[in-house]
Amino acid sequence: MRPRLKLLAAALLAICAAAGTLMAQDAPRLTGPEPFTRETTAPPMQRAVTNDVRVRRNYPDQPPLIPHAIEGYALDLNANKCMSCHARRFTEQSQAPMVSVTHFQDREGNTLGGLSPRRYVCLSCHVPQTEARPLVENRFTDMDALTQTERSGRGGR
Amino acid sequence: MTRPEAPPPDPSRPNPSPGRLGRTWQWARGNVLVRTALSPATHYSLAFLTLGGFLMGVVFWGGFNTALEATNRTDFCVSCHEMRDNVFQELQNTVHFTNRSGVRAGCPDCHVPHEWTNKIGRKMQASMEVWGHIFGTLATREDFLANRRRMAEHEWTRMSANDSLECRNCHSTGSMDLSKQNPRAAAAHERFLFTGEKTCIDCHKGIAHKLPDMTGVPGWR
Repeated sequence: MRPRLKLLAAALLAICAAAGTLMAQDAPRLTGPEPFTRETTAPPMQRAVTNDVRVRRNYPDQPPLIPHAIEGYALDLNANKCMSCHARRFTEQSQAPMVSVTHFQDREGNTLGGLSPRRYVCLSCHVPQTEARPLVENRFTDMDALTQTERSGRGGR
Repeated sequence: MTRPEAPPPDPSRPNPSPGRLGRTWQWARGNVLVRTALSPATHYSLAFLTLGGFLMGVVFWGGFNTALEATNRTDFCVSCHEMRDNVFQELQNTVHFTNRSGVRAGCPDCHVPHEWTNKIGRKMQASMEVWGHIFGTLATREDFLANRRRMAEHEWTRMSANDSLECRNCHSTGSMDLSKQNPRAAAAHERFLFTGEKTCIDCHKGIAHKLPDMTGVPGWR
């Protein structure tokens, strides 16, 4: 009995170790070098996607992505460069999409005359993209893909 | 109150009423230095005076231009703390200071006209900046922030008036390749810049420095 228990414990330990190694290999290190005091060269800066093509939203209330360069654009207490194109009164000359009507509401749902102060910092939600490859696999599935089988079974819409 | 009548003209004097200018001139002619300056040279030859005048002219003009160019460098601008601690810090983060091709625009490239007459005009205006330095108009960061909108408006006004001349010293519409620009920029340049409807500064404010409070500036919310 004793040796068998020992064997079992050893086997369990081996399995845990193997699983640990596997899991460690599965996800890349996100916390820098080992040991962390070692200096490494920074990865190259990724090129921003600035092709001006609107990106599909992954879900209806996703804040739209920024498909253009925003380098050097002022966004502080003094100035908001985004609104020089996306504000309602500038959309005709800029041909840019207007900020959505949700941006005219305060947190109680009252409609305001202009951009709500809580929506002022555009980059809190809207971000540009780069050509960087994701560090971990993205398992996000589009709602349409999830309901595809169901919809096709009922004739779909 | 009525003015007293002018005295009747004195017939004994050659010029009955010399006027203020004439009186000043007559007084100046009494001065020994002015008399010497107006009389012909007695010791120096004509060749000495003309060639000497020419040489001194060269020296003076060379010295003037040297001094002018010495004060027309970024190093000179940032030798004052007002420039070094405020606007120069902001410039260093922008594309006009470091970029992929290594071209750099310093202070005078954008803030001093390159053409001579306008350059001298701007230089004379800059004496106000010396005044501000001496009397501490921008002594602290708070002073600078309080004056930023005023100073920025001076620059916007100047660039609107001369059709963004300082931008166009490097960026010309003729050498712009729209196909190399992103579609958004190309469309905007085609519609507003090439038609002359707007000039560079109308859209490109705050490209080298941070912006002041933009409330009420056209094109800003």
